[in-house]
Amino acid sequence: MPDWFIIFLDPNARWILLGCMLLGFSSGIIGSFSYLRKQSLMGDALAHAALPGVCIAFMLSGSKSIGLFLIGAAAAGFIATFGIGYITRHTRIKQDSALAIVLSVFFGLGTVLLTHIQHSGNSNQSGLDKFLFGQAASLVGDDVMVMSVTSLLLAGICTLLYKEFKLLSFDPGFARGLGYPVAFLDQLMMFLMVVVVVVGIQAVGIVLMAALLITPAVSARYWTEKLGVMVVLAGLFGALSGMAGTFISANGSNLPTGPLTVLASTAVFLVSLGFAPGRGLVSKLLIHRTARRRYTQQLASTAGYELERKEKAL
Amino acid sequence: MSDLWIIVTGALVASACGIVGCFLVLRKMAMIGDAISHSVLPGIVIAFLVSGSRDSLFMLLGAAGIGLVTVLLIQLIHQSGLQSDASIGVVFTALFAIGIILVSVYTRDIDLDLDCVLYGEIAYIPWNTLQLGSLDMGPKAVWGIGLALLLSVALIGIFYKQFKLTSFDPTFAAAVGIPVALFHYLLMSLVSVTTVASFESVGAILVVGMLVVPPATAYLLTDRLGRMMIYSVVIGCISSAAGYYAAQFLDASIAGSMVSTAGFLFVIALLFSPRHGVLLRKWKQRRILADAAAEPFV
Repeated sequence: MPDWFIIFLDPNARWILLGCMLLGFSSGIIGSFSYLRKQSLMGDALAHAALPGVCIAFMLSGSKSIGLFLIGAAAAGFIATFGIGYITRHTRIKQDSALAIVLSVFFGLGTVLLTHIQHSGNSNQSGLDKFLFGQAASLVGDDVMVMSVTSLLLAGICTLLYKEFKLLSFDPGFARGLGYPVAFLDQLMMFLMVVVVVVGIQAVGIVLMAALLITPAVSARYWTEKLGVMVVLAGLFGALSGMAGTFISANGSNLPTGPLTVLASTAVFLVSLGFAPGRGLVSKLLIHRTARRRYTQQLASTAGYELERKEKAL
Repeated sequence: MSDLWIIVTGALVASACGIVGCFLVLRKMAMIGDAISHSVLPGIVIAFLVSGSRDSLFMLLGAAGIGLVTVLLIQLIHQSGLQSDASIGVVFTALFAIGIILVSVYTRDIDLDLDCVLYGEIAYIPWNTLQLGSLDMGPKAVWGIGLALLLSVALIGIFYKQFKLTSFDPTFAAAVGIPVALFHYLLMSLVSVTTVASFESVGAILVVGMLVVPPATAYLLTDRLGRMMIYSVVIGCISSAAGYYAAQFLDASIAGSMVSTAGFLFVIALLFSPRHGVLLRKWKQRRILADAAAEPFV
C-alpha cells in the first residue's frame, strides 16, 4: 500500500475527504446556475452576510448547532439579497457598489457581534471564529452527515427542477410568459446558494467559499455548450478539487485544506482556460492559425490564377 | 491620548479610502476594489518575507505591484471571454488562498497574525510608535496612512480634470488625447497603496467598506464630483469617530463598528437624501399625483 494512502485508513481523514468532495460537488452544481445568471459574486456577498446571521443565532440560542446557524445565515442571506436588489432598483447606485456595500456592512456588523460575543466571556463561544473561518480538519462525522444530506437534497432539487432552472438561467422573461413562478424559483435558487454557503463556510471559510461557487462552474463552461454537461462537470471539478485539497493537506504538509482546495480548483481552471477544445487559448490560437493559413493559401492560389490568366491573354 | 490616536487613524483611513473610493463607485468598479483588498495579502506576505520587516517601503511596493497584477489578470481573463464578475471572483480568491497558505507556512517563524491581517487591530495602533532618535513621533500607522492620503490627494489634485473625464466619459477622454489606460492603472495603484496602508488598522475585508460605503452615501447626496469627495471624507470621519465610541460601548471590534456606522449613515441617506432619497422621492410623487387629482379637467 502506498505511503500516502495510509492516511485514509484513519476514519477522521475519510470524513474530511468525503465532506470536502461533497461540498465541492454541490457548490459546483449551484455555481453553474449562478454563473449563467451573471450572479457569480452573489455567493461572495452571501458568504459574508452569513456572519452576522450565525452570530445572532448563537447569541439567541447559546449553542453551536449547525441547524440554527443555517436558519440564522439563511435569514441574513435573504435580507442581504433583498438589500442588494432594493438598492439597485430604487437608487442610482449600480449593482457592483450595492454588492460591495451590503457585503462589507454585513461583515462589519458580523465582526462587531463576533467580538462582542468573544468579550462577553461565554465559555461556549470558543472555536466560533474557527468554525466561521474554515477549518476542514475539525469536521466530524455529524458535520459530514449534514453535508451529505444537504448535497443530496440540492442535487435532487436541481434534477427535479432542471427544466425550470434552465429556463430561468437563459430567458427569465420567456419563463414568466409561460407562467412559471419566476419570483419563487429565483428565491429558491438563492436559498439553495445560502444552504451551500452555510454548509461550506465551516470547511473553507467565508472568503474562499466564493471560489468554490465560481471557479468549478467557470472551468466547466470552457468544455461544453450544453447546460446538463456543464452542471455535471462543475460538480465533478468541485469534488476533484476537494479531493486534491484534502490529499495535499493530509500528506503531512500541515497546510490548511480550504485554501488548498481553492488552489486545486484554480489549477483546474487554468488547465481549462489553456487547453479546453474550442474555447481554450491554445485551441483558439490553432483556429486562428489555420484560418490565416487557409486565407493566405486562397490568396496565393487566386493570385496564381490571375497571373496565369494574364499570361494567357498576352 | 490613545483614544485620540485611534480616532485620527480611523479618520485618515476613511479619508484616504473615501477619496479613491469615489472613483471606484463612479466607474462601476467597486468589486475590483474588493478584489484588490483581498489579493494584496500575498503581496504583503511576500514583501514581508523579502524585506523581513513590517514597516517598509517594500510592503507598499509589493502590494501595489500585486494590486496591478490582480487588475491585469482580471482583464486578461475577462478578454478571453469570461463574464467580468466571474473573472474577478476567480482571480481574487486564488490570490487570497495563496496568501493564506503563505501565512500558514511561515507563520511559525514570524509575527504576522492571520486574524490581524483579516480584521486589523486598530486598538494597538497607539503603542506602535515611530521613534526618531529619542523623539516620539506618534504612531507609525498614522504616518503610513497619512503618506498614502497625501499621495492620493496630490495625484488626484494634479490630474483632477483627467481623472474626472476618464471616469465619466472615457471615449471622449480618449478622443481629446488623455491616456485613459494610464489613468486607469494609476487609480488602481492608488487603490492598492491605500488598501495596504489601511490594512493594519481595519483589515482586508473592512477596507472595502471604507472604500465603497462613504462614497456611495455621498453619491446619494450630491451630483458634483468635488462635493462627493468632500462629503465622503466627512462621512468617513464621522463614522470612524462614532464607530469608535460605539465599539467602546459594546466592547467589540472598532473597525467593525466603524463600517457598521458607515452602513447606518448609508441607510439614512438612502431613505432621507433630499435629492435621491427613497422616502422623499415617494412623497414628491404623491404630491404631484395629489396636485394632478385636485386640478379640474379643462
